[in-house]
Amino acid sequence: MPEISLAALAAQVFTGLVLGGIFVLLAIGLSLIFGLMTVVNFSHGALYMLGAYFGYVLLTHTGSFTVALVLAPLLVGALGLAVERVLIRPLYGRSPDDPLLLTFGLSLVVVETARLIWGKIGLTLDPPRALGGAVNLGFTYFPTYRLFVIAVTAVVLLALWLFLEKTNVGLLIRAASRDPLMVRALGFDVGRVWFIVFGIGTGLAGLAGILAGPMRGAYAEMGVTIIIESFVVVVVGGTGSLVGAVVSGLLIGQVVGLTTFFVPKLAEIIVFIFMAVVLLLRPSGLFGEAGLLE
Amino acid sequence: MQRRIFLKTATLGAATLAFPSLLRAQGKEPIRIGFPLPLTGPFAAIAGDMKQGAELAVDELNAKNGILGRKVELLIRDDQLKPQVGAQRTQELIEKEHCQFIVGGLAAHVQMAINEQTKKAKVLFISTSQSDEITAKPDASTITFHEALNPTITSRVVGKWVMENLGKKWWIVYADYAWGKQNNAVLIETNKKMGGTVLGSTPYPLGSAEFSAHLPKIQAAKPEVLMAVTPGADDIAFLKQVKSFGMHQQMKLAKPLHWISVAKQGGPELYQDVYGGVNFYWELQDSIPEAKRYVEGFNKKFGIPPGDYGVYAYSAVLEVARGSELAKTTDADKVAEALRKSPQYNHVKGKQWWRACDNKSIQDMWILKGRAPGKTKGDWGLLEIVSRVPANEDYDRTCAEKGHTG
Repeated sequence: MPEISLAALAAQVFTGLVLGGIFVLLAIGLSLIFGLMTVVNFSHGALYMLGAYFGYVLLTHTGSFTVALVLAPLLVGALGLAVERVLIRPLYGRSPDDPLLLTFGLSLVVVETARLIWGKIGLTLDPPRALGGAVNLGFTYFPTYRLFVIAVTAVVLLALWLFLEKTNVGLLIRAASRDPLMVRALGFDVGRVWFIVFGIGTGLAGLAGILAGPMRGAYAEMGVTIIIESFVVVVVGGTGSLVGAVVSGLLIGQVVGLTTFFVPKLAEIIVFIFMAVVLLLRPSGLFGEAGLLE
Repeated sequence: MQRRIFLKTATLGAATLAFPSLLRAQGKEPIRIGFPLPLTGPFAAIAGDMKQGAELAVDELNAKNGILGRKVELLIRDDQLKPQVGAQRTQELIEKEHCQFIVGGLAAHVQMAINEQTKKAKVLFISTSQSDEITAKPDASTITFHEALNPTITSRVVGKWVMENLGKKWWIVYADYAWGKQNNAVLIETNKKMGGTVLGSTPYPLGSAEFSAHLPKIQAAKPEVLMAVTPGADDIAFLKQVKSFGMHQQMKLAKPLHWISVAKQGGPELYQDVYGGVNFYWELQDSIPEAKRYVEGFNKKFGIPPGDYGVYAYSAVLEVARGSELAKTTDADKVAEALRKSPQYNHVKGKQWWRACDNKSIQDMWILKGRAPGKTKGDWGLLEIVSRVPANEDYDRTCAEKGHTG
C-alpha cells in the first residue's frame, strides 16, 4: 500500500464532486417530481440515457457540442412533457403504485427502443477539443471536461434556485408542493404546475445524460444502475426536499469517491450502507419532513 | 381388418404429431446447436462477433454436407450476461428445442451456469468463454470442452511479456467477477515470480462506466505499467478516463486481452500504444493460410474482417461437426471420446489440440499494440502484431493442479 498523499486525496475529492454533480442533477428531478406529484418516476434513468443518445445524434449532425448540450435536455424535457400529458395525467388521484408501475414499464420500452435505433453496442462521444486533455491544478492533473461538468452543474443549480425562489411560477410550484388543494382553491391550475415540473425534472435527467456521455459513453443500459443510486440520493436527502437532494448527492459522490480510494471492494455497496445508517438515525432523511409517503 | 388398419395408421399419425422427436430420431431432422450469448450489455460487441463466427461455420457446414448428412441449425439466445438467464436459456435449448450440442458463453460466471445445465442433461458443451474453473474439478466433466484461452494462460503469457518489455512496477485494475479476479491473481503471481512489484490492485464492479475515483491514487503511486483487466465496453470507458487524466504519458498501458470489436468502437486515439494479448487477429491472414481463408469467408459474408472471440465460436462449431463425423453419432460421450482420440485440429490459426486430461484447447497467442491514429490499416487495422507466443501446455496449470487424478 503506497503512502496516501494529500495531493491524491484532494484529487479524489474533485472526482467525487463530478460523481456527485451527476447524482444531484438526477436526484433533484426525481425529488421535484415526487415532492410535488407523489409520482415515483422510474423512467428517469431511461430519460438520462436518452439525453446521452440525443446528445450523440445532435453532435454528429451539427458538429457543435454547445448545440447538443442545450438541445438534448430540451428534447428530453419535451418528451417528459408528452409523457406527463398522455400517460401520467390519467393516473392522478390513484394510488402512487400506478404511476410507478407505468413509468417502470415505460423505462423498459425506452431502453428496448434505444437498442433498436442505436444498436446493442454502446456509442462513444468525445468532449469538444477545447475541453479535451487535462489541466494542472497544482496538486494533480485533472480532466478539463470534468471541471466543465462541475461548472455546468453549479450554474444549473443556481438558475434552478433563482427560478424557484424569485419567479412567480417558482412561487406557485413551492406553494403547490406544500398545499395543492389551497392553490387550487385560489384559482390556479395545479395540473399545469405539475406539467411544467415534470418537464423540468426530466429535462434535468437529459442534461445529466449529455454531460455524462463524453465521460462514460452512451449505451442503452446506462440508466439502469444510476437510477437506483439516484433514488438512494433522494431518500438520504429526504424525499421531496431539493436542498436535501443537493446535499445528499454531493455527499454520496464523496462517500463513493473516498470509499473507492480506501476500500475499493466496498465501493459498490457503500451507497446502500450509507443509506441504511442515515435512515436509522433520521428515518425521513437528512432534510425530509415525515409523512410524504403516507 | 379395414378398421384395424385405420386404427393403426391413425395411432401412428397421432403419435408422430404428438411426439415430433420420433421423427427426429429417424435422422431426417436437422442437428441443432444451441448458442447462449450476452447479446445485450457491456459484452454486446464481442458477442456480435461470436454470433457471426458461429453463423459462418454453420453456413460452411451446410454448404458441404451438414453434419452426418443432416442439416445444421444454429439457435442463438441472449443470456443477458446473467447466470440465471444463461441457465434458463440453456435448459430451454436442450428441453424445448432439443439441441444436441451447446456451444457458447462469453462471461466466465455465465458459462459456469450453462455448464451446470449441460452436465445435468448430458449434452456436449464447448465453452467459448475464458475461465480457469471450467476445465478444473469440480466443474470439469468428460463432456465439457474449453475452446477459449483461460486467465492462467493469458495472464502468464501477457504478464511475462510485459515484465520483459514494458516494466516491472505495476498497478492492476480488474473487474470484480470470476474472469477479472483470476487474471488479477495470475498477474500478481507472474509479476512476483519474475521479481517485480505490484504497487496496488483495485477491483471494480463489472459493467462500470465510471472509473475516475480509482485514478488519483494510481497516479500518485506512479507505476511503470497500468494493467487493465477491463472487459468489453468497460475497456473504452476506462481507457477514456485514464487518458483524460493524462496518465498514458506517465505510464505504459497493458491488458491481458485486446478485443478488436471493442477497439474499433473506441477508436485509434484511445488504443494508441495500448498493449494486450489476443487469440486471433485478422492481419494474421498475411502469414497463416487458414487465417486467410477464414478472414476472406467472413469478409464475404459480413463485409467486415472478423474479430477475436468469433474465432472461438467458429472453431468450436466446426469441432462439434468434426467430433460427430469421427464418432458417426451425436451421442455426447462418443463425440467427446472421438475428440480426445484425435485431438489435433486447425480451422483458423494453425495447429491447436485438446489436452486429453482436461479437454482444454491448447493454442497460439499473439501480443498486439495499438497503432498511432493515421497509421492504422483501414477501419479495422487499429493494432499491430508485436509478438507470437506458440502454443504450450506449460502455460496452463497441470491437470494435477486442476484436481484431475489419473
